Formats: sequence, structure tokens, C-alpha cells
Amino acid sequence: MAKSIKIRAKVKKGVATVKCLINHPMETGLRKDKKTGKKIPAKFIQEVNAEHNGKNVMTAQWSGAISKNPFVAFKFKGANSGDTIKISWVDNKGDSDSAEAKIK
Amino acid sequence: MMNQRRTLLKGTLAAGAAGIAASVGLLTPKAVLAAWPKAAFESKSVDAALSAALGSSSTSESGKIKLKAPDIAENGAVVPITVTSGISGTESISVLVAKNNQPLAANFKLGGDTEGYVSTRIKMGKTSDVVAVVKAGGKLFSTKKQVKVTIGGCGG
Repeated sequence: MAKSIKIRAKVKKGVATVKCLINHPMETGLRKDKKTGKKIPAKFIQEVNAEHNGKNVMTAQWSGAISKNPFVAFKFKGANSGDTIKISWVDNKGDSDSAEAKIK
Repeated sequence: MMNQRRTLLKGTLAAGAAGIAASVGLLTPKAVLAAWPKAAFESKSVDAALSAALGSSSTSESGKIKLKAPDIAENGAVVPITVTSGISGTESISVLVAKNNQPLAANFKLGGDTEGYVSTRIKMGKTSDVVAVVKAGGKLFSTKKQVKVTIGGCGG
């Protein structure tokens, strides 16, 4: 499940804006397979963590009500160009991934 | 359907290729998931979800929170929302969809230097109020906006 995360981070006047796209099916567990009529098991991201230079800046706890291939954006202060931003996620099946990017 | 099978296949292949990594990957989340407030996300009403997630369901309306969402969402599966909180000391931002089966959609915990701003995309089953709840200084502030949904995003 490598490379499921795309990160864009930009800094302007010390405030960094981070935009992040994650590739994930985000199944609620309520949807039915049209062919078999069986429910598709739930598979959704439960937690997303964002770290700036190793310090946690945001933790998002999600339910299945977040859209497929989720997008998240947030801002934080005290960032400099070239800093590292790390984003990681864990889903309800135990799958996880993380990615790092430099702030522009 | 094909999409899902593909991801599943990729997942299994990756797991097979790096057996040790996979087992580590399967074990570690258990500890992480303990922090995930299951009761809050499974609550069936807005009040119950707020009590479980934030410890209280009494919120006061605040004009300092801006909730940007479309008036009409053509596709309930992808509703872009942006919450901006002008309240100083914003600790967390929660997003709820009043008429979804499980109203609590997301809960963002913000660090000390993080600004009161989050943007994401949510699913909505039908026309409903979207509620943004901001926790600041131990108090809860909220604002809401109705979004009309023409095609639902939950269920088949």
C-alpha cells in the first residue's frame, strides 16, 4: 500500500498550509454489493496523524462518513521552508501507510 | 467493484512480499485504535455523539466559526466542507451530519500551533444539517448549515 498519500505543503508568512490526498476506498460497511446482495465489509481510515519536524500538529479521527479517496487540508504556524511534514494513517482493518514531504 | 478488488489484490501482494512488515503492520494498529472513540462514532444522535467524543453535548452557537459547504450537493458521496474557527485556543474541530445514521463524521484534534482550519470531503445520506463543533477552553461552540443532497452517498 505504498504511495497512497499525496502531500502538498506551502508556507506563507510562517503559516503552512498542508493539503493531503489519500488513496483509500473508505467503505462504510453499509453498502451492498449489487451482484451478490451481500454487504461490503467496512474499510475506512480511523486515524490520520500529521507531524511537523517530529511534533504532532493534527490528529484526525474519522468514520466511514468521509468520502472515498479522502482529502484533508489544515494550517499551522511556526513552519519554515524545507521543514518536513509527515502524514500517516491507520484504517479499521489495521492497514496503514505514511509519507513525508518537504514544505515549500 | 473492480477498483476494490484491485486494492485488495495489491494489499495482499504487498503483505506476501514483506511478511514481517505486514505482521508488524497488523499488530501495531491495535494499540493505536484504542484511542479511536468507537462509542462516539457509533452513536445514533448528534447529542450522544458529542457527549461521547467531547464529554458534553451542550454547545453554544458562535458566529466566529465559519462553515463552508455547498447549498446543494449534487453527489452526496463527495461534499466538500471547510471549517474555519476564529476562536482563540481552538483544541478540536468536529464535523457531524445530523441525519446520517452515525452523525459523527470526523474529529480533528489540533496541536498548539495549528490554526483553526480544516477542510475535507464528507458523505451525506440525504439532505441534512452539517454541524461543526469547535472545542476551545473546555467549552463547545457550534455552527450549522443545511446542505441539500440530490443523490445520497451512503447505501447502494
